[in-house]
Amino acid sequence: MKQKHTIPELETIAVQIRQDIIRMLEHAGSGHSAGPLGLTDIFTALYFDVLKYDPKKPDWNQRDIVLLSNGHCVPVQYATMAHAGYFDKKELMTLRKFGSRLQGHPERTKLPGLENTSGPLGCGLSQACGMALAMRMNQDLHRWIYVVMGDGEINEGNVWEAAMLANKYKLNNITAIIDRNNIQIDGQTEDVMPLEDLRHKWEAFGWHVIDIDGNNIESVIDTLTMSRAIVEKPVMVIAHTIPGKGVDFMEYDFHWHGAPPNKKQAKEALHELRTLQGKIRGEHE
Amino acid sequence: MNKEHIDVSTYHLLDVTSELEQEPIRSGFGAGLVEAGKQNDQVVAACADLTESTKMHLFRDAYPDRYIEIGIAEQNLVTVGSGLAAMGKIPFVSSYAAFSPGRNWEQIRTTICLNQQPVKIVGSHAGVSVGPDGATHQMLEDIAIMRVLPNMVVVSPADSVEAKKATLALAEDTKNPGYLRLAREKTPVFTTDKTPFAIGKAYVYAPGSDITIIATGTMTYQALLAAENLFKQGIDAEVVHVPTIKPLDATTILTSVSKTNKVITAEEGQIAGGLGSAVAELLSEEHPVPIKRIGMRDRFGESGSPDELLEAFGLTAKHIAMAAHHMMKS
Repeated sequence: MKQKHTIPELETIAVQIRQDIIRMLEHAGSGHSAGPLGLTDIFTALYFDVLKYDPKKPDWNQRDIVLLSNGHCVPVQYATMAHAGYFDKKELMTLRKFGSRLQGHPERTKLPGLENTSGPLGCGLSQACGMALAMRMNQDLHRWIYVVMGDGEINEGNVWEAAMLANKYKLNNITAIIDRNNIQIDGQTEDVMPLEDLRHKWEAFGWHVIDIDGNNIESVIDTLTMSRAIVEKPVMVIAHTIPGKGVDFMEYDFHWHGAPPNKKQAKEALHELRTLQGKIRGEHE
Repeated sequence: MNKEHIDVSTYHLLDVTSELEQEPIRSGFGAGLVEAGKQNDQVVAACADLTESTKMHLFRDAYPDRYIEIGIAEQNLVTVGSGLAAMGKIPFVSSYAAFSPGRNWEQIRTTICLNQQPVKIVGSHAGVSVGPDGATHQMLEDIAIMRVLPNMVVVSPADSVEAKKATLALAEDTKNPGYLRLAREKTPVFTTDKTPFAIGKAYVYAPGSDITIIATGTMTYQALLAAENLFKQGIDAEVVHVPTIKPLDATTILTSVSKTNKVITAEEGQIAGGLGSAVAELLSEEHPVPIKRIGMRDRFGESGSPDELLEAFGLTAKHIAMAAHHMMKS
């Protein structure tokens, strides 16, 4: 039985993961900053509370599944997996380097514990449907599939093909999470390609939709746990997050979608994270 | 005819000059999939609203709990396949080749090939012999776009009997993704249950010493017919049937070409990127010799009867024989 963490403990873990994300990206010299920082609370909730898994047995046949559909946010998954015991945290600094298991976008065949290979957007929900259908055929009824998707990602038509299929077969062991941070590479989502009314779109496709504050770990845990009780439909969690969460100069700014911090910016970001945005005094730097 | 020419005994082939039974290649797939499903309960199937056309309805009716109807959504079709395979299934996913792999190449690349999932993509209605439906539905580029993908196995059977064997062989491969190319129209069945088939093997159906004709899919029958006629005219052509375009059986091809030093390739698809390209790539590195590629030459098909189109685009035994005569003179 996994030890349960208190919410303050989880918040501390999330801050540590964010620091690792900053260090990894600065060291890599390329990569995406805003999405991973915004998703950190969701990944902390998943790996430190919600999911059933064993980092020592990544192929355990009763594990829950996490599919990161927006593969560019993988730094948050790597950092969280390292904290969860899948591999040594030192390996995080190999992100995007030649020969690394931590590819710029996730590759299942490289790193045990990854469930899919992604980067090109719009595929995670389809893969989840395939997995859910296979589990049903296998009478594997106690496993859950969590799909993390970007909001810009759902511009992709493939997503809506999967949305229809999940409804058709009532794939109720899928909980999808849209990282609703309102940014994509070219700007605000509503300028690039308006997504709203997002809730009603998914409801019209036959999904049970829940809006939450995706940076509130407690609300993430409550929602993801509750989603297992909704048996008649697949569940879509629209997780409203702040892109770049935790680093003041990155927050809400779409320019940080696909950019890493440089050395100076990383130092500033780490200071901010360590002091919880100035709330902790007395740090000498 | 000279029965000593085509090696009917080694490969248990039927006489191609006789009146042969005709059956669509896709029917062999339909029967093979039911058999594969019987042998292995992990074999599952999904289709994009073309269940009868692709002959997948036979599997659907036999194993309804292992069949998924995806609707007209080919991107979803193959990506759902990736998810099924990730959970240990051997999924066969079918549509017309023009749509799958025509429309969903990137999903196949990322979620199946790079992700190393043993999804079997079945593209029916390949080639101009689709006929009246016209260019939109006559898939000619499928071999090219599947062949360039790492990890992908590409199989193009010559008749319905071989298609059944190819389906069973693909189902047994639990590691690699595969592409199975099928044709719509009835074509002569000239192989038999005893004819050998293994993925990655090419077969010298007709031994000869003057010129090598390398063919795949529906064109192998045409190549054999051409070889019979050429033999009567004094040209001893060797016919190499290549049902697996990837991995290519380099040994069998090079052994033949080392002997003849003249090559014709024949396929019902674009010569750019197809079998002709694969053979030209191999030979230009290993054993450069003159080569003539028969296939579609950088153009689309159009509506018409299958026979009219094959004649118009130069995809018959007659055209192969003409090319052989031309090469022998030069």
